[in-house]
Amino acid sequence: MEPVANIDGMELVYKKPHTLTDTPMHYCPGCSHGVVHKILMEVIDELGIQEETIGVAPVGCSVFAYEYMNIDMQEAAHGRASAVATGIKRVLPNKYVFSYQGDGDLAAIGTGETVHTVNRGENILMLFINNGIYGMTGGQMAPTSLIGMKTTTTPFGREASTMGNPLKITELLAQLPGAYFVTRHSVHNTAAVRKLKKAIAASFKYQKLNKGTCFIEVVSNCPSNWKMTPVESNEWLEKNMFPFYPLGDIKVPKS
Amino acid sequence: MANEKGTSETRLMKGNEALAEAAFRAGMQAYFGYPITPQSEVLEYLAAQAPNHPDVVILQAESELAAINMVHGAAGAGARSMISSSSPGISLMQECLSYMTCAQLPALIVNVQRGGPGLGTIYPSQGDYFQAVKGGGHGDYHLIVLAPASVQEMVDFVFDAFRLSEKYRNPAMILADGAIGQMMEKVTLPPAGSLPKTEAPWATTGKSHTHERNVITSLYIQAERMEKHNLILQAKYIQMQKEVRWEEIRTEDAAIVLVAFGLMSRICEKTVDLAREKGLKVGLLRPITLYPFPTNAIAKLAKSAKAFLTVEMNAGQMVEDVRLAVDGKRPVDFYGRMGGMIPSPEEVLVHVESIAEKLQAVPV
Amino acid sequence: MIRGTIIVATDICKACELCITACPQDCLEMSPNLNVKSYHYVQLKNDTCTGCVNCAIVCPDSAITVYRQVKTTPKGATV
Repeated sequence: MEPVANIDGMELVYKKPHTLTDTPMHYCPGCSHGVVHKILMEVIDELGIQEETIGVAPVGCSVFAYEYMNIDMQEAAHGRASAVATGIKRVLPNKYVFSYQGDGDLAAIGTGETVHTVNRGENILMLFINNGIYGMTGGQMAPTSLIGMKTTTTPFGREASTMGNPLKITELLAQLPGAYFVTRHSVHNTAAVRKLKKAIAASFKYQKLNKGTCFIEVVSNCPSNWKMTPVESNEWLEKNMFPFYPLGDIKVPKS
Repeated sequence: MANEKGTSETRLMKGNEALAEAAFRAGMQAYFGYPITPQSEVLEYLAAQAPNHPDVVILQAESELAAINMVHGAAGAGARSMISSSSPGISLMQECLSYMTCAQLPALIVNVQRGGPGLGTIYPSQGDYFQAVKGGGHGDYHLIVLAPASVQEMVDFVFDAFRLSEKYRNPAMILADGAIGQMMEKVTLPPAGSLPKTEAPWATTGKSHTHERNVITSLYIQAERMEKHNLILQAKYIQMQKEVRWEEIRTEDAAIVLVAFGLMSRICEKTVDLAREKGLKVGLLRPITLYPFPTNAIAKLAKSAKAFLTVEMNAGQMVEDVRLAVDGKRPVDFYGRMGGMIPSPEEVLVHVESIAEKLQAVPV
Repeated sequence: MIRGTIIVATDICKACELCITACPQDCLEMSPNLNVKSYHYVQLKNDTCTGCVNCAIVCPDSAITVYRQVKTTPKGATV
């Protein structure tokens, strides 16, 4: 619904992007997904590319992303979003294509597709939401769960010798020649959201250069499965996730 | 060797290469594959011919899993898309085939079968019949399945499969085998551009401001919606039944009817000749489409024939559908070899003769 | 001081309170009332809002629309 242009002499300065549908989101209170969806759609609005963008939703909490994003979308099988995005981009090379995946989808079951999509340098944007847990299935260990992190499948905490170490897949992907722009962000405060928005906008612009894959990790929260309030989860994120997954650019295009 | 638009030509070709050339001529826009014996020539041929077809996407993926999901993406974006593999690779694709069928995506899947189970053998087999015709992946669905028995049909069925898959928005499979993929025969290649592309207003090509966004999904989380979607799919399978194709050879007066598909049907044609020379009234019914299955044609023959013998290069898979069609009215025997072994016409004849003896012992 | 205000889509607010943390003016609070989904929803608690949009930017449910007084220069031109 379109908000009124001004109230009591004050003018409209911020509204939901029109490319975001009016469907209420199914995400838990405080979940980062909602912010990332909104920012992604804001960028698409501002670049005026709604009619030229095709998105791929994963299996995970954001499986219903297409309910909220008012653009053409495909819903992929678990882990295969970047392969589906490859298929779309190859037959529609002049369109903007992005995949949107969580950590289980992108960095566990879909690791092969992830690595090879970036290695081929597919001209797509891969958005990677990393909250260190399987949200949709109820809080099991993810490839990115931190050491010591308690999940429903690591009730005594993740332990490296038997469960492996958390996977810094973003750093790994940055090694590949096909990766054009690799960066890590968050949405835990206003400044962080603004930085993410810039990175997404840059990624869509880079897509037209046909120089390779843009990869954006968003270190995110999961208040429900971390068993915290949303405000506490953002504090936990800063204290525990950021030291292991430091924010900032990892690979930037050579100017 | 670029094919000239508007002309058909005759060549001596290997089955896999003929299929690949046919794909170009049938207007394939995207191919995704992964090497596996005995079908690697498909990707090799396409790659070699790629310079003559700059608009066709040809990509060797990192796995069959990735390749079929690329087909999902390309088909969902409205491109006439194709993949080929052999049995183990096709097993890997089953998840996505279930997704694609539910999401109603047209595409051509080619299975040049080899012997299984497991890594099995690279020799020809028909061991994937169940997987091909009964769904293969999870949930209630079917692929349209065509079974070629010659290199010519490897060509012709590419056109048929693309046409049917687009007509019904359902993946279609060519279920060949290693022998048909590898053997060389004379083929007539239809002219390029002879298969018009079906409109795909549902495809994700970018939301136009004049219509609602297109979403390709196989997810309907509410039970009521999922059942409703299943009913749409099931109604489509009923519609598909009219596409059934089969071939009958000397069945008019046949007391014993052989039922065989693909390579095995060609071998059984020879058995029919051998049996007729011995004065035995033997005929052959060859299902050309395995899904839909020629149930009614077999049921009709069950009225005139006295016995059936299903012959397959597996442990007995299609025989179950033959028995369902015959519905207990006549005995249905089975003969098959597994693991890449191919029954000879004489081997099949031995079984025909033993059935003939039994029929004489029992007055009908 | 620039004057601003917000409109909250109270029915989709999920009471995550991230906007309250993000607000530099401390002008937001949870309503004691519940919305249709039984969440308390956010509301203005005083008139110190400057329309800075921080609350709206961090809102995962895009429930906040922001309005701001038009800035005027001494010459009266809008910026």
